[in-house]
Amino acid sequence: MQHPQEGAGKTSRRNFLGKALTTAGTAIAAPSLLNQATVAKDTALGSEGEMNITLKVNGEQKNLTIEPRVTLLDALRDRLALVGSKKGCDHGQCGACTVLINGQRVYSCLTLAVMQEGKEIVTIEGLAQGDTLHSVQAAFIENDAFQCGYCTPGQICASVALIDEIKRGCASAVTPDLTRPPQLAELSEAEIKERLSGNLCRCSAYNGIVAAVQQAAGQKPPSPVAEVMLSEPTEITA
Amino acid sequence: MNNFTYTRATSVKDAAQRATADQNAIFIAGGTNLVDRLKVFLDEPSQLIDISRLQMQRIERTANGGLRLGALVTNTAVADYADVRRDYPMLSRAILSGASQQIRNMATVGGNLLQRTRCPYYYDTAFPCNKRQPGSGCPALTGINRMHAILGASEQCLAVHPSDMCVALAALDAVVEVEGTKGKRQIPFTDFHRLPGNTPQRDTNLEPGELITAVVLPPIQFAKSGVYLKLRDRASYAFALISIAAAVDLEGERIKDVRLAMGGVAHKPWRAIEAEKFLIGKPAKTETFQQAAEIALRGAKPLTHNGFKVELTKRAIRRALTVSAKGGGVV
Repeated sequence: MQHPQEGAGKTSRRNFLGKALTTAGTAIAAPSLLNQATVAKDTALGSEGEMNITLKVNGEQKNLTIEPRVTLLDALRDRLALVGSKKGCDHGQCGACTVLINGQRVYSCLTLAVMQEGKEIVTIEGLAQGDTLHSVQAAFIENDAFQCGYCTPGQICASVALIDEIKRGCASAVTPDLTRPPQLAELSEAEIKERLSGNLCRCSAYNGIVAAVQQAAGQKPPSPVAEVMLSEPTEITA
Repeated sequence: MNNFTYTRATSVKDAAQRATADQNAIFIAGGTNLVDRLKVFLDEPSQLIDISRLQMQRIERTANGGLRLGALVTNTAVADYADVRRDYPMLSRAILSGASQQIRNMATVGGNLLQRTRCPYYYDTAFPCNKRQPGSGCPALTGINRMHAILGASEQCLAVHPSDMCVALAALDAVVEVEGTKGKRQIPFTDFHRLPGNTPQRDTNLEPGELITAVVLPPIQFAKSGVYLKLRDRASYAFALISIAAAVDLEGERIKDVRLAMGGVAHKPWRAIEAEKFLIGKPAKTETFQQAAEIALRGAKPLTHNGFKVELTKRAIRRALTVSAKGGGVV
């Protein structure tokens, strides 16, 4: 297959993105009405059917010129170079693209970037404070909670939200008494598994993931060292 | 997906007017089902009308002691709302047993009702599908139909409605409030979704341009003992093979009132009205529940691969009624 020549009359993806970002960044002032719930926004269709939007990602305002059909995941990965969020299935079935919007975990592959204006988006890149890891990130490392690492950013974002959900008193399908949702100290393995069932791990690092959540919840996770029963072979007497 | 224009509606009226003016427009709220459909070209709208910022995000008590759930309240917010947990636990449990936390955080009340009734053949554009392209045929008739309908299906379509929340809403006699350019109307929940008949492309009785503004729960004292039983191939994050929403009201040993609905069996959430009528006044015991289950499944027409659903549903009905009669909780 021949690759198109970059040059006169050709627009490489990189050049195009560079131009788009520069245009958006310099010519467009962020609309000041974004936080009003009922603000109207009609597509200002350019020749490419694109729109100018501003997203707040990991505390920073980012100007983008994108088509309405761009998912939040693609905007993060392809336009903002935040490639921590992973594209696994792209159909909301695996959890690899999990990010936080206004503190709630969501699948970024199932939502459109243009719908996220005025919201606080946090990705895996936004969890650490400088060189200090988030406690959930540290717990994942200490408890062997990943193997290939592809699902890990989504698992960590989901786990961060899970801890917050417990603090806010959210119930799950396996909560015995809905009026008494579990506290962090009594969060059971069954609860953790149910609450993380929206994140698949093909390497099956599930035991480590559960242990990492237990540690992040302030519990004592089981030792990662396998306990092997050894018994001395008895001598065979003739 | 194809590109489309994007508009943010400023009010329900504005949304209805825009949708009426452009028959190829689609409303988007949470988008958890719609965005997925757009990606595989099942829907090719000219315009998406974003209604997610409209003022339909509240849950409030109604004058008669029921609850009004705004159409844009997230599934999570409904499930975790204190009054829903206490007064309508089957609704909380139904929601919590569906999808995953990430989806429930985005998915809305209205969107849950309006997700497409679907089967894997609908999603795979390599196959014909009467829902996708009326008149093209239904490959599930002779194909793999393990997950499909055993009640109310037609030669045109065997798909089942995948919602858990809607099974509880059917059992709870909910009412759907909708608004369009011609004004507002109320649709009893069991009349909201349609059976396939000869029009499998139409899942609901919503008219073009209309949008859901709220779902209203009537006060049902004994819903406190309601249960939701979901049976599926894996423990979580999977559609139901079948599911049961049930609530039993006892007076001594006898059944004073009862609600029973089934999921995973038909093109819409299936309210077992005949079985309910049979149960009223009868003693709350296993034999009675078994007879009710037989009545509920009387019209069942199993397909090549889902004969097991008939017996599974009967046993699930028995189990759900038994647990509810003992006060409810986890089934």
